[in-house]
Amino acid sequence: MKEFMLLFRQPPFDHNTTPQDWQALAKKWKDWVEGLTSKGSFVSNGQRLAMEGKVLKPGGVITDGPFVEAREILGSFIIVKAENLDEATTLAHGCPAIDTGGSVEIRPIFGQ
Amino acid sequence: MEAQEEFLKHLFKQEFAKMVAVISKLFGLAYIETAEDIVSDAFLKAAETWYVKGMPANPAAWLYTVAKNNALYYFKRNSLFAQKVLPVLKATTGSDENIEMDFSGENIRDSQLQMMFAVCEPVIASEAQIGLALRVLCGFGIDEIAEAFFTSKETINKRLQRAKEKLRDSNIKMEMPPAETLNSRLNNVLHIIYLLFNEGYYSITHNDILRKDLCLEAIRLGVILTDYSLTNQPKTNALMALMCYHSSRLDARQGNNGNYVLYDEQDESLWDRALVEQGNYFFSLSARGEEVTSYHIEASIAYWHCKKNDSAEKWENILELYNRLLQINYSPSVALNRLFALYKAKGREEAITEAETLKLDNNHFYFVLLGELYKGTDNDKAKQHYHKGLLLAKTQADKNIIQRKMDELDKDGLKATKHR
Repeated sequence: MKEFMLLFRQPPFDHNTTPQDWQALAKKWKDWVEGLTSKGSFVSNGQRLAMEGKVLKPGGVITDGPFVEAREILGSFIIVKAENLDEATTLAHGCPAIDTGGSVEIRPIFGQ
Repeated sequence: MEAQEEFLKHLFKQEFAKMVAVISKLFGLAYIETAEDIVSDAFLKAAETWYVKGMPANPAAWLYTVAKNNALYYFKRNSLFAQKVLPVLKATTGSDENIEMDFSGENIRDSQLQMMFAVCEPVIASEAQIGLALRVLCGFGIDEIAEAFFTSKETINKRLQRAKEKLRDSNIKMEMPPAETLNSRLNNVLHIIYLLFNEGYYSITHNDILRKDLCLEAIRLGVILTDYSLTNQPKTNALMALMCYHSSRLDARQGNNGNYVLYDEQDESLWDRALVEQGNYFFSLSARGEEVTSYHIEASIAYWHCKKNDSAEKWENILELYNRLLQINYSPSVALNRLFALYKAKGREEAITEAETLKLDNNHFYFVLLGELYKGTDNDKAKQHYHKGLLLAKTQADKNIIQRKMDELDKDGLKATKHR
């Protein structure tokens, strides 16, 4: 078994959320993480990233916020275990980030 | 699990309204939709992070930080903002690069107050005002608002859109009204809260939770007004008392399948005594000053209704109050309610004589009341009136109640023939 990091990115704005939408989305995340745990694939929910931050760019340009000039913002990450990259990618299916127009990046972790 | 969902729902509603108010105040009401987007986005991030990493110790503070970053991010990338809003901000705050978004309790309160005055601007049509209030001040979803008004999501969206355009075009600012207009503007705000409450209390939706939420939100907005010295006026307290008294019966009033339990048949032990006490507190504060508003009188009427036992004193007082209310504020429904009080205080015959002169031929409550008055003395006439009421009734809950009354009349009729 190897370990993989799943990084969630989601695009900002362009949506109007209602309490119901939000509760539904929260439940999806919870169910998805619980699904991974029950399969025995879940390794760690990693460190918590604070929501403020700065970005340093060439020429000493510093901007506020944890954002590079990209359409998607890195949210958080978790670590899962799987036989290979394909299997790890299968685990990422059903991740709610994809439902909100975002993506999941799957990267093998070196070591162990 | 249910407790957590309940917590999340209320967290969303409250924090949504607070954050939209603070951001709109900072950047201007013209950007209210952007503020909604920014806040929505903070909640989407919360859904991810809280369920992957666990709930933060202070969810509200977490949301504020995210909203703050989202706002900065959005406005930095939006050239329109850079050209139009930023120069104004720099001039007013004197700050250059760092825009401070202030989520202190004080600023949240001020922003919400100002948002209330902005939303209740008379330039906006009142049906749109209530919709806008529900969305922006109470954080309700479009689906819920549509359900409360018994209309489609498209209609509500259009209404909100028009209301927001009006806010923009009329150049309405988020600020406290100047002293000379504060009083009349406060009247508008109180009126919208009153309508909001009625929308919940007499709502045509069958959704009991939604009804209750509407009532509680109206009370919450009222509390914001009582927390601020200039808006904490006797009439504000009168409205609060009125809403607390009525709300105390929300649970007792709720029957099966969206049917109401009529006042006479309610289980008194289900009345919420704490809310009655709260009502008494606001009621005593409403007695300061000289002004007697319709809220004062309605609160007094509601106060007497919180005493279950019928007494001559109770109904004579209620009748007297309705007489005064009619003088201040005539409306057919008040006239009808007065008629019921007249019946309770002075008896059937006097009520029938007055009822026949009222002629509210489009009002189903009118015919229900007439049916009630004739019941037992002239059951045929009673049935005719009930039948007319049934044809006019708009909601299923009302129809059910009338149908039940007709069935009871038939049963009584059968018994009477058997005994003969």
